[in-house]
Amino acid sequence: MTETPTPAPSKPRAKQSPATLGVKRFVFHLVLIGAAMVMIYPLLWMLSASLKPIDEIFADPGLIPSTWEWGNYADGWNALPHPFEKYIWNSMIIVAGSILGNLVSCSMAAYAFARLRFPMRGMLFAIMLGTIMLPIHVVIIPQYILFNNLGWVDTFWPLIVPKLLATDAFFIFLMVQFIRGLPKELDEAASIDGCGYWGTYLRVIMPLCMPALATTAIFTFIWTWNDFYSQLIYLRDIDLQTVPLALRLFMDSTGTTNWGALFAMSIVALGPIFGFFLAGQRYLVRGIATTGIK
Amino acid sequence: MTDNDVAVVRPKQRSSGAPPGPAASAPSMRPERVRGRARRSIRSRERWAALSFLSPWLIGLLAITIGPMIASFYLSFTDYSLGYGEWVGGENYARMLDDPRLANAIKVTAVYTFVSVPLQLAAALLLAIVLDRGLRGMAFYRSIFYLPSLLGGSVAIAIMWRQVFGTEGLVNQVLAIFGIQGEGWVSHPDYALGTLIILHVWTFGSPMIIFLAGLRQIPTMYYEAAKIDGAGVMQRFVSVTLPLLTPIIFFNLVLQIINSFQSFTQAFIISSGKGGPADSTMFLTLYLYDQGFTQFDMGYASAIAWLLLAIIAIFTALNFLMSKFWVFYGDND
Repeated sequence: MTETPTPAPSKPRAKQSPATLGVKRFVFHLVLIGAAMVMIYPLLWMLSASLKPIDEIFADPGLIPSTWEWGNYADGWNALPHPFEKYIWNSMIIVAGSILGNLVSCSMAAYAFARLRFPMRGMLFAIMLGTIMLPIHVVIIPQYILFNNLGWVDTFWPLIVPKLLATDAFFIFLMVQFIRGLPKELDEAASIDGCGYWGTYLRVIMPLCMPALATTAIFTFIWTWNDFYSQLIYLRDIDLQTVPLALRLFMDSTGTTNWGALFAMSIVALGPIFGFFLAGQRYLVRGIATTGIK
Repeated sequence: MTDNDVAVVRPKQRSSGAPPGPAASAPSMRPERVRGRARRSIRSRERWAALSFLSPWLIGLLAITIGPMIASFYLSFTDYSLGYGEWVGGENYARMLDDPRLANAIKVTAVYTFVSVPLQLAAALLLAIVLDRGLRGMAFYRSIFYLPSLLGGSVAIAIMWRQVFGTEGLVNQVLAIFGIQGEGWVSHPDYALGTLIILHVWTFGSPMIIFLAGLRQIPTMYYEAAKIDGAGVMQRFVSVTLPLLTPIIFFNLVLQIINSFQSFTQAFIISSGKGGPADSTMFLTLYLYDQGFTQFDMGYASAIAWLLLAIIAIFTALNFLMSKFWVFYGDND
């Protein structure tokens, strides 16, 4: 149908009537909406299950609860040794430290790689890219021994200090890519006006890097909030448990009894990510696209 | 990872574009020499500045990445266990050869990776092509398809998945409507890994975004030229879109294979940390955790870590070798 033997490049669909085009489009949207529904149905199901009475969760695949059980949330909040805000607070401390660390240390390294000339720059840059791909599993055991000897196991330090030392090299790469896109004349103008390297970094580059910094902050938030592996290894003390650890504890301790409350707390755990997703989607998409392609 | 190569090459190009260094400019005229000396002091200031900007990263690189890497390699030749350990030579590596649980873990990880990654990328590519047509509401669809990949790594989603595929979970409720009696998928050794694979495919959103960005870079004139030559929709896809997209398919493939070899959280939560039922979800990473942090046999766990790194390195290298046969880098730009 779409093959047009007569050359009409400016109006490629000239042969289709508006009506067929409309029907096609309608079917297209219908298929897409169906696919999207399948994709998010499990999420909606969990959301509705968190509000259903327990005997209804595993009996009815529908989304509307017969009675709205807000009590699930109260039950879940107080089901563990600490009220749930304790775990949220612990997660927040780690997230805040990680964001601060990544923003400062990664942007500093990125500025050096993108703008300054120094010996072995190419080699160091290659090493930096290599560390992005390095599996955490290869270094986790000696890291654990190191932090154990420092007396840092069962503190938040093993989770925050690496971020202060720019070990999330992915963000260095992201910001290098961004800074390279800024006109170099700005640096020169700043230097003529008497700005040193730190002045240029702080007053010229950083303010212009806001989109990259926002992307870094949002990704750091999501990854740290979701992180399970390193928190599982370093945080065993019940007072230091974070949201993912608390959920795991909840799941293993309740067995098969209180699913509504467990789902309610899962929804609470997903809430902030969903919020950041809505607020920062632009930055997320751009971040993936720039580091992936450019 | 051609993109990274480009990034590595770029600084070289830039410095070669700059005036030649002091050694090269020695035989030049007098004013040049004065400027050269001034430039030399600027150079050294620049180096010190670079060192100060890089210092957090350099400390981290040495103390938290390279140091532990070397230590891990050393530990793999010891029987280290919290506090003390002795050199045992290649014993840990010899032990691997007749460790049936390890062999099983390699198999499970390989099946997971080589089934889920192609499916995930196929879904990502399909949706990217569909969404690239500039439909109304495209941003909305993109968000919905992207959302699972943001949430997918979390414990909450793993808990949800465990229930969705549980004996009385959502999947079986839906199957019951069609009169089919479903299994307890998560607790059945034949199906538990399958649920993890579906979970991985479900998170196709981020490769999809990368595909979308790649599709947008294909110049429309190629399509117009193909259309004038009489190419149909299918032919345009096979001869224009697909070849021009191969570098991005390759990029996603390398990235996703590396990532999925390292999957941990989902299998850990779905199997309550045990890799069960019957070790059917025992990924290499879970086995490493079990050996290193439950049994505290850190020497053997370090050897497993290096095995994992070797496997990832081999498959990444293979990927790069094979890319010569199917990845198309445009010769016109």
